[in-house]
Amino acid sequence: MIENQNASPEQDALRTELLDLLRRELRPDTARLALLLGTPESEVKAELERLEAEGIILGYGATVDETRLNGETVTGLIELRVQPQRDRGFDRIAQRIYRFPQVQSCYLMSGDYDLLITVEGRTLREVAEFVSERIASSESVLSTRTHFILKTYKESGRILFDSDEDQREVMVL
Amino acid sequence: MSEGKAVIRPEDRLSRAVSGIRPSAIRRFFDLANEMRGQVISLSIGEPDFVTPWPISEQGIYSLEQGRTHYSANTGVIELREAISAYIERRFGLVYSARDEVVVTVGGSEAIDASIRALVNPGDEVLIPEPAFVAYKACAQLAGAVPVPISLSPATDFRLTATELEAAITERTRLLIMAYPNNPTGAVLEDHDLEAIAAVLERHPEVTVVSDELYAELTYRPAVFRSIASYPGMQERTVVIGGFSKAFAMTGWRIGYALGPAAIIAAMNKIHQYVIMCAPTTAQYAAIAALEDAETHIAPMRSEYNRRRRVLLHGLRQLGLPCFEPLGAFYAFPDIRQTGLGSGEFCERLLQEEYVAVIPGGAFGSCGEGFIRISYAAALENIEEALRRIARFLGKPAPDLTRPAVDA
Repeated sequence: MIENQNASPEQDALRTELLDLLRRELRPDTARLALLLGTPESEVKAELERLEAEGIILGYGATVDETRLNGETVTGLIELRVQPQRDRGFDRIAQRIYRFPQVQSCYLMSGDYDLLITVEGRTLREVAEFVSERIASSESVLSTRTHFILKTYKESGRILFDSDEDQREVMVL
Repeated sequence: MSEGKAVIRPEDRLSRAVSGIRPSAIRRFFDLANEMRGQVISLSIGEPDFVTPWPISEQGIYSLEQGRTHYSANTGVIELREAISAYIERRFGLVYSARDEVVVTVGGSEAIDASIRALVNPGDEVLIPEPAFVAYKACAQLAGAVPVPISLSPATDFRLTATELEAAITERTRLLIMAYPNNPTGAVLEDHDLEAIAAVLERHPEVTVVSDELYAELTYRPAVFRSIASYPGMQERTVVIGGFSKAFAMTGWRIGYALGPAAIIAAMNKIHQYVIMCAPTTAQYAAIAALEDAETHIAPMRSEYNRRRRVLLHGLRQLGLPCFEPLGAFYAFPDIRQTGLGSGEFCERLLQEEYVAVIPGGAFGSCGEGFIRISYAAALENIEEALRRIARFLGKPAPDLTRPAVDA
């Protein structure tokens, strides 16, 4: 984590833990939601409970700019050719790979290779070491090809490259 | 069977040492709780609810794939002993030689047994501050020693004091078992407690210390863990027991270690090599991975336990159950004497009426009577629900767990 130059270790620890909690502990303010919706709070609560029960709302969390928090990271896209296993196909080897916290996503692909994973790390070296020591070394992995992302223009539907400043005049009658 | 021959029942064939170990007084309660399995919220489990972090497990699997399925060196693979030695120095400032001052054991449990057996003769007294984990007394008895409980006081938050220790030492005392952070109380010792204990021990050089430090990594601020071995003159007369079970959520791997003077470790290794041969090789390789990135693995679990600890303590205080702040392990040890129920009766009724399982304090020694051990190695929702049920059991309003206490 990029440490605030002026912050004490206690402040840094608080920040880390606070963010950790906010990523999953932001309970909605049902009273305010009721006001905005013009609906009794009990109904809002009941609807929220239904949305949770149906698995539509999966959690409540703050959206954290990880780059600002952790500094620049590098992301590698790694193509894997793997040996499928009898009865289990690719699932078991995929599970073994995606369980590593460094692995951000994992897909089974059609085409020239089998699995595509994204791995995040602080440096190129860290990603490369993880791939060679923990992924490529596995007996079921036949070969790997690592591509590093140089620039992200758009991600998860969000354009990261344009400025999104308010282009309007300050006052328009 | 021919007539006239004496019939010897199998139970009469048992050794006196084993027969002398009495079954737990709360056996009936355990049976009852196990029968209700699946319906109860259990805050009675003395092991992490987390699964071993994947990079650790994966290293174990990898070692199997590589064909490392053989015995290792008796004292453990050298890479692991080196990793333990480096970790203990980095983390707690203690220096032990990986070559002859470390033995890797089958969990902390084996290290407790082997250290006691290596250090006592029949009739020697082993001091066990209580409430205590139940294995110490049994291991001392199996070794032919005389377990001598030191009944700790709730007035000092069940911390061993110099006065209590001094009063318990006799000319036959050979061993003191220390276990902080403590199971079942969650108590930790502060620097001044340890200093005073070391001063008493300085006057009694014949007493060796076995320090069970399995929960060292689960120490919560403002407390800071210090080993008794780090006090002047103590390292050469202390066996430090550590392990991976609690800190890394690796109970099922059965892997721990003992650190101590070369002569004592060599003696323990004699027992170890004949009884065990070596700790499981797969677990040893997994343990190396655990230590490679120790803080990364431990920190999130420690933070999570700490949150649960705060919520539990906050809830207990709102229920009016007195409880000192436990700053270690994952247990709270509230006082239930005001209910007028014995700890066994309290737990049995709580289980039957509200389906919440906690452990009677009396199970950990007579001075634990009137208290219960609540484990917070459980999901936060379960802890919150258990608190609501305990409130109902006590006839009190449900605790408000959304707002901090005024004194927090």
